[in-house]
Amino acid sequence: MKKTYILFLAAALLIFLFALGNYIYKNQQSEKMGFLAQEEAELFVRKHSATLGSDEAKVYLVEFMDPACETCRAFSPLVKQLMAQNPGKIKLVLRYAPFHQGADYFVRLLEAAKKQGKYWETLAIMYQYQPQWASHHNPQPHLIWRFLEGSGLDLEKIREDMQDPAIDQIIEQDLSDAKRLNVSKTPGFFVNGRPLVNFGYRQLQQLIEEEIRANYPE
Amino acid sequence: MSRSPDLAGTEWTILFLCWLLASISTLGSLFFSETMQFAPCVLCWYQRIFLFPLVLVFGTGLLFHDPKVVRYGVPITMAGWLIALYHNLLYTGIIPENIQPCTQGVSCTEEYIELLGFLSIPMLSFLSFTMILILLSILKRRLSR
Repeated sequence: MKKTYILFLAAALLIFLFALGNYIYKNQQSEKMGFLAQEEAELFVRKHSATLGSDEAKVYLVEFMDPACETCRAFSPLVKQLMAQNPGKIKLVLRYAPFHQGADYFVRLLEAAKKQGKYWETLAIMYQYQPQWASHHNPQPHLIWRFLEGSGLDLEKIREDMQDPAIDQIIEQDLSDAKRLNVSKTPGFFVNGRPLVNFGYRQLQQLIEEEIRANYPE
Repeated sequence: MSRSPDLAGTEWTILFLCWLLASISTLGSLFFSETMQFAPCVLCWYQRIFLFPLVLVFGTGLLFHDPKVVRYGVPITMAGWLIALYHNLLYTGIIPENIQPCTQGVSCTEEYIELLGFLSIPMLSFLSFTMILILLSILKRRLSR
């Protein structure tokens, strides 16, 4: 009889320890992420990062992207749509994670275009013609130029600015931040520091809507 | 063969230790997959198939003080032990993993944790099955005396 007690007591104790461990672990995890978002906000938004949207926006959508990544291209219209639906509430921050071989060439091009104030226009052209210059995940630098001709960019200047070593530092910084934030695939999204855990359009929309609700109480 | 005696004293305690090991391993395995969100690979699942029922087999044996529990416990533990052994050989690279195309699942050589530098999850499983096997063989010897 006494032994039966020992068995049940041990079982109850183990289950209790399991539940306690579960509780402690989950608490720790959420604290860790909250801490990251506040204390180390610059991991997500660097001074050099290209941003779109109002400075007053309270919801920061940080996207680690690769100009040659097809999924980043596919997400671009959705991100625009979400920003249009919530005017002034979302700020888009682009970070680079040029994981495709040769994709850093296009990051350079974007950064050079930024100096001429045509960053987002150039990105739009890149995405639009991505199937032609990066078919089968194989970015080919020479193919992009003819698509840029009608864009009003000073292409001569672009070729020159692309050599700027400051761009190397930007890429390096972004890649190291991507690594610290565990971004191993593109696009990698964070909404106010919260990672998009389950990947998908609807999930991103939900995460953004949650943050909008939290930051803009009605 | 005479009527086998009821499990008592030290024998019961040995079986209790087996049960404790199986229970801790089961809950630990569930902690990795459900709490820490480590996706179990195929080989992990096969080990779990043999690990989880041990809790109930040993538990029932303890409740009814049944020495026959060794008969049922050993084959299940043995099966789990063999898979754990194979998994560790694969994990440490002694057996090369066949070159496989990318799949949705988790590679069985994916590294999640490394406690104290050598305690990987497959190693924990192997140690647990080994200890249960040793305890069961001690129990068997004592019972057949």
